[in-house]
Amino acid sequence: MPFLQLKNVNKGFGPRDKRTNVLRDINLEIAQGEFVAIVGYSGAGKTTLISLIAGLLQADSGTVKLKDVPITEPGPDRGVVFQNYSLLPWLTVFENIYLAVDQIFPNWVKEKKRAHTEKYIAMVNLTPARDKKPGELSGGMRQRVSVARALAAEPQILLLDEPLGALDALTRATLQDEIVRIWEQEKRTVVLITNDVDEGILLADRIIPLSAGPGATLGPSVAVDIPRPRDRKAINHDPRYKEIRRKVIGYLLGEGGKPKLVISRKLVLPDLIPEDLNVARPPMFARRAPKRRAEEKRETIELG
Amino acid sequence: MDWIKRFRIDTFVFPLIGIGLCVLIWYCISGREISSTVKDDFGDMVTVTKRVGLSEDLPTPAETWAASKPYVIKPFEKRGELDQGMLRFTWLSLKLVAQGYFIALLLGTPIGFCLGLSKTFTKIFDPIIQILRPVSPLAWLPLGMVLFLSAKFTVHIPFAENVTYTASELAAIFTIAICSMWPTVLNTAVGVRAIPQDYINVARVLKLSRSKTLFKVLVPATLPYMFTGFRLSLGIAWLVIVAAEMLTGRPGIGGFLWQQYNALSYAHIILCILTIGIIGYALDRLMSMVEARFKTI
Ligand SMILES: Nc1ncnc2c1ncn2[C@@H]1O[C@H](COP(=O)(O)OP(=O)(O)OP(=O)(O)O)[C@@H](O)[C@H]1O
Ligand SMILES: [Mg+2]
Repeated sequence: MPFLQLKNVNKGFGPRDKRTNVLRDINLEIAQGEFVAIVGYSGAGKTTLISLIAGLLQADSGTVKLKDVPITEPGPDRGVVFQNYSLLPWLTVFENIYLAVDQIFPNWVKEKKRAHTEKYIAMVNLTPARDKKPGELSGGMRQRVSVARALAAEPQILLLDEPLGALDALTRATLQDEIVRIWEQEKRTVVLITNDVDEGILLADRIIPLSAGPGATLGPSVAVDIPRPRDRKAINHDPRYKEIRRKVIGYLLGEGGKPKLVISRKLVLPDLIPEDLNVARPPMFARRAPKRRAEEKRETIELG
Repeated sequence: MDWIKRFRIDTFVFPLIGIGLCVLIWYCISGREISSTVKDDFGDMVTVTKRVGLSEDLPTPAETWAASKPYVIKPFEKRGELDQGMLRFTWLSLKLVAQGYFIALLLGTPIGFCLGLSKTFTKIFDPIIQILRPVSPLAWLPLGMVLFLSAKFTVHIPFAENVTYTASELAAIFTIAICSMWPTVLNTAVGVRAIPQDYINVARVLKLSRSKTLFKVLVPATLPYMFTGFRLSLGIAWLVIVAAEMLTGRPGIGGFLWQQYNALSYAHIILCILTIGIIGYALDRLMSMVEARFKTI
């Protein structure tokens, strides 16, 4: 029995008559303790996929199950690092994290909750900014708070939506190591969304490409069989690394690539038969004869 | 030093130019007293004074000041029910405004939250709100008088004198509350609807309880909108009190204004208008300071 299972999941947005299908026929199985990276184009539906697993959205059809229980609502067993940080701007860094800790460990004594919060603030090197509001932090700092908040809740499964996107290379490397360390130490299950294939290879057990939307679907998953600990410099020369990279990028550019851009538009041909000006203008709203419906044509252009 | 100069010009000199221009126009259209000596029917020489000008009965700025002096330089004096210093009148009016205004906030904020949170609630109550909102205070006041006609509340305050409310006071409070409630209701509703989905997602992922979601997420996120509503409400409350006092003849700044109109004492009407304006402005400034203080986003 897989830990997390998505079966024939479809998800679209918009009203029924003009619904755009974002995710189509998603099948995904993740074992407990596995680290899976999902890479895909911008706008393909990665955040939508994470939201389905988090329980923030419901699938149109298909099932999303965690430990064989269908996911119907969000819960503290699934920690989410949102792509846009989602910190509460009226709370300080400490308070933002403490809110989560307080909610998830209500039975702890206050000192323990505070110490736990401080520990995670220190982990992301934000102790000096502990009492600042998110508005006073840089984008990268906010992202680190968001990561700390998710980690502090000690969820069984960690859903990371491009958590390191806005960081400089150095901080990014530190946090990458941190994520791997937490994953190894506490044996969490991690789903990492990223647009960086190299990051996926460095961190994950398995990389799954998500094809371009609309109607994005998951491509064949590629196992990363490079032993840990992985050295970010040495890995570049590993032949297995090049092979994995080739497979993932090959899928994204080829089979799962952007479909040809097709522009289709309606052309309305003008009504050329002249009006008969000798006839008096009929009263309001009516039109002078002769009347003829304008002719409609459709034109389709294929680009690329 | 340069910026201090600049600051002085911006905050004092320019506004003074505007005020000066208005006083000048006022002076030009106001009437002047002209005395002339004429021979009357009996052949005696008598002095006749008459007023001339665009609007001959409008007092000049100087005459206004002369007539207003006792009310301004002794602002807390009480010579009679409707003959008190300006600040004393203001205080009487503000007391009623405060009571009506707080009722408005107490009712308006929760109603606004319900409107913002529930589509069904909005569908049920929005039409009635839209109908009641544009009703003038002059229309509400008579209803208030009827409602509280035979009511006479006495509030027992420990360690202080009991406060007794008369029908006209209750009617005024009712009118202020119901008229000044709407900006708070509507702004709060807009604020709740404008809460970013991200914040709500945080609450959902953490599974915050209903009350925690309300007080830790929804209220702080709406606070700036709420305070804008509070500020607009206070402005309306101040507008309404004057109308209410004029109709009921209660002592207060509006009652004084109405009495002076009946006494054809135009200088005092101008004094009242200026006082009402200045107090309204001060209240608005005060509320924007509070608003800035509670800016959470
Ligand atoms: N609430 C919504 N209502 C309507 N359409 C939506 C909604 N959320 C997402 N979409 C659409 O679904 C598609 C996928 O969005 P999504 O945010 O999942 O992309 P993404 O892969 O996370 O992109 P990025 O890498 O830029 O974050 C987009 O075309 C978007 O317009
Ligand atoms: Mg996204």
